Amino acid sequence: MRRNGETVSTTRRELLQRIGLSAGAAMMYQAMSTLGHAAESPYRGAADLKGAPAGSSVLILGAGISGLVAAYELQRAGYKVKVLEYNHRAGGRAWTLRGGDEYTELGGFRQKCEFDKGLYINPGPWRIPYHHYAMLDYAKRLKVPLEPFNQINVNAYVHSPKAFGGKPQRVRHVRYDFHGHVAELLAKAVGKGGLDAELSAEGKDKLLEALRSWGVLDRQFRYTSSARTSDVRGYDVDPGGGLMPRGVPSTPIGRSDLLQSGLWNYLTTPLDYDLAPAMFQPVGGMDQVALAVYREVAPLVQFDTKVTAIDQDERGVSVSWIDARHGGATTQSRADWCLCTIPLPILAQIPIKVGAPMQAAIGSVAYESAVKVGLQMKRRFWEEDERIYGGITLTDLPIQQIGYPMAGMNQPGKGVLLGGYMFSANAFEFTAMSPQQRVQAAVEQGAQIHPQYRQEFENGISVAWHRSPFTLGCFADWPDDVRDKHYDNLCAVDGRIALAGEHTSFINGWQEGAVLSSLDAIGRIHARAVAHGSKA
Amino acid sequence: MSANLAHCLPRTRNTRIGLLLGLLLVCTTTALRADEPPPPFSPRVTTFFSPFAHKDGATIFRAVCQGCHMPDAKGATGAGTYPALAANPKLAAAAYPALTVLKGRHGMPAFDEYLTDAQVAEIVNYVRTHFDNHYVDALTAEDVKKLRATR
Repeated sequence: MRRNGETVSTTRRELLQRIGLSAGAAMMYQAMSTLGHAAESPYRGAADLKGAPAGSSVLILGAGISGLVAAYELQRAGYKVKVLEYNHRAGGRAWTLRGGDEYTELGGFRQKCEFDKGLYINPGPWRIPYHHYAMLDYAKRLKVPLEPFNQINVNAYVHSPKAFGGKPQRVRHVRYDFHGHVAELLAKAVGKGGLDAELSAEGKDKLLEALRSWGVLDRQFRYTSSARTSDVRGYDVDPGGGLMPRGVPSTPIGRSDLLQSGLWNYLTTPLDYDLAPAMFQPVGGMDQVALAVYREVAPLVQFDTKVTAIDQDERGVSVSWIDARHGGATTQSRADWCLCTIPLPILAQIPIKVGAPMQAAIGSVAYESAVKVGLQMKRRFWEEDERIYGGITLTDLPIQQIGYPMAGMNQPGKGVLLGGYMFSANAFEFTAMSPQQRVQAAVEQGAQIHPQYRQEFENGISVAWHRSPFTLGCFADWPDDVRDKHYDNLCAVDGRIALAGEHTSFINGWQEGAVLSSLDAIGRIHARAVAHGSKA
Repeated sequence: MSANLAHCLPRTRNTRIGLLLGLLLVCTTTALRADEPPPPFSPRVTTFFSPFAHKDGATIFRAVCQGCHMPDAKGATGAGTYPALAANPKLAAAAYPALTVLKGRHGMPAFDEYLTDAQVAEIVNYVRTHFDNHYVDALTAEDVKKLRATR
């Protein structure tokens, strides 16, 4: 199968339909089996950009993961590449804050990260799902070591200040007790003939058998305290060795209390396709993948450049920029083609010579709000006291979640928690605080779940994405009606300019979307460049 | 809603309304921005997807708007710019800021799901009469209701 820009954008279904139409059902079945291993992603491996016209040049705006990947692939294909980046670093939102780093957000609020050596927080992306083939492939090709990211930890908590007197509940208790109670109720309904219209006698038997297994019900189809249920939800006293005290089974949460608590709200989300195991993180911080790509193209990247205008004519593209820190005279960079990865809230303010459809699309997309707070603690009390190794606690509190570090587990010494990761209303409100207020609020709230915060907190740092000078928001939020109207226009090559980034993808807010959109865009630029041939 | 939010978003967006947690957030800010006094911070934080809890314009501005438009309403500039609300002639007609708040503009998100008609009127009236803006014709919740219905 060809791997150029055209087939990258072909959906699997379309492809199978085409095969089905042309070659009959038998071959289609064979094709389905062959494609099975790659069914979930349109990623088809390294970009195939053969036949780049000699001397052709591409100017890339933005050295985030999409711009870096484009630079890497295009220069390998023989293009002359230059990258302009606003920040004084590569990676964009693929970013890791470590001790000694400084960050000044919009408004001039400065923070210095005071984490100990080896500790970090990823203010942007922090995990790579198993089906993000492109990200995994770049990590493999560039030898970036990965380690597991524990999205699901049944010993972490779900919490609401309005449930169980504000006492956090272990995920395993809420999860398995909810299963058990639902299974018991359903079994009762079956026993009383409530499903007679739906199921045959044999169907009812099968369902009861399944409910007993899934819900860990006893012979009378009851969900009760027992060694069997404790094997699932955990014991009050764990079984030991020798003449140690015998295991003490635990008691399930009562059905009514559990239903009233609302904590079942949090049970399904960690199993969503985006978040299901296996998940990974680069060893040492999420910036490692982007920086590995950057190392391949570093001489091509110019930092501290603020783009002020993007112009094009039939012969090429001309981009005006100034020194991002000191202002001053405008410089112009020219190239045959331009890949622009500037986030839309910023691009909407830059004069750009493209047609009305792309122009309208650029101005139509709002960015989601998100805030992360990193908190350094004197000791890893979540591991030492509560046996929570990695994973995430979910809460109704405005901090929304607490993330436990996957790196350095079961080691003595300090650790950095993700003390809050907020979206939506909570994120807007945290954004409106000063960085220090955010840290303080995260500590106050987190202490309701982990009282140890009060003793162990040392220092913190926060990133509110709407205060980010280089994005003006976290990621593109595409309501269906806006996407229907504008998405194709945003992604189309306009003359000699194409856009890329997570915003020109269906995987918004994930690096995979940025990389796939970039590969797709450079494939289509390449096709045009080849068509133009030496004229370019 | 983007799929990647699913890990933290209960599936009941917009159904939990107005739960107040009454959290006391001590605000001993030490903001490093030298030219700005720390803003008074609301003692309550809205929970999850409920609309913002704050009622009056000044509080809504402090709790939400200043996130981008800054405590002095003068906006800020990085690779792009958040416009100043201070001394802004675009506020002359109340419908413009009201529609901007309700439906968003460029990268600015729409706040129609987060603010009631009365809250939108409050915040628009507050900004149009503060920060060197002197537009005394007040917007009513009824006006906002009509604007909300426009497309």
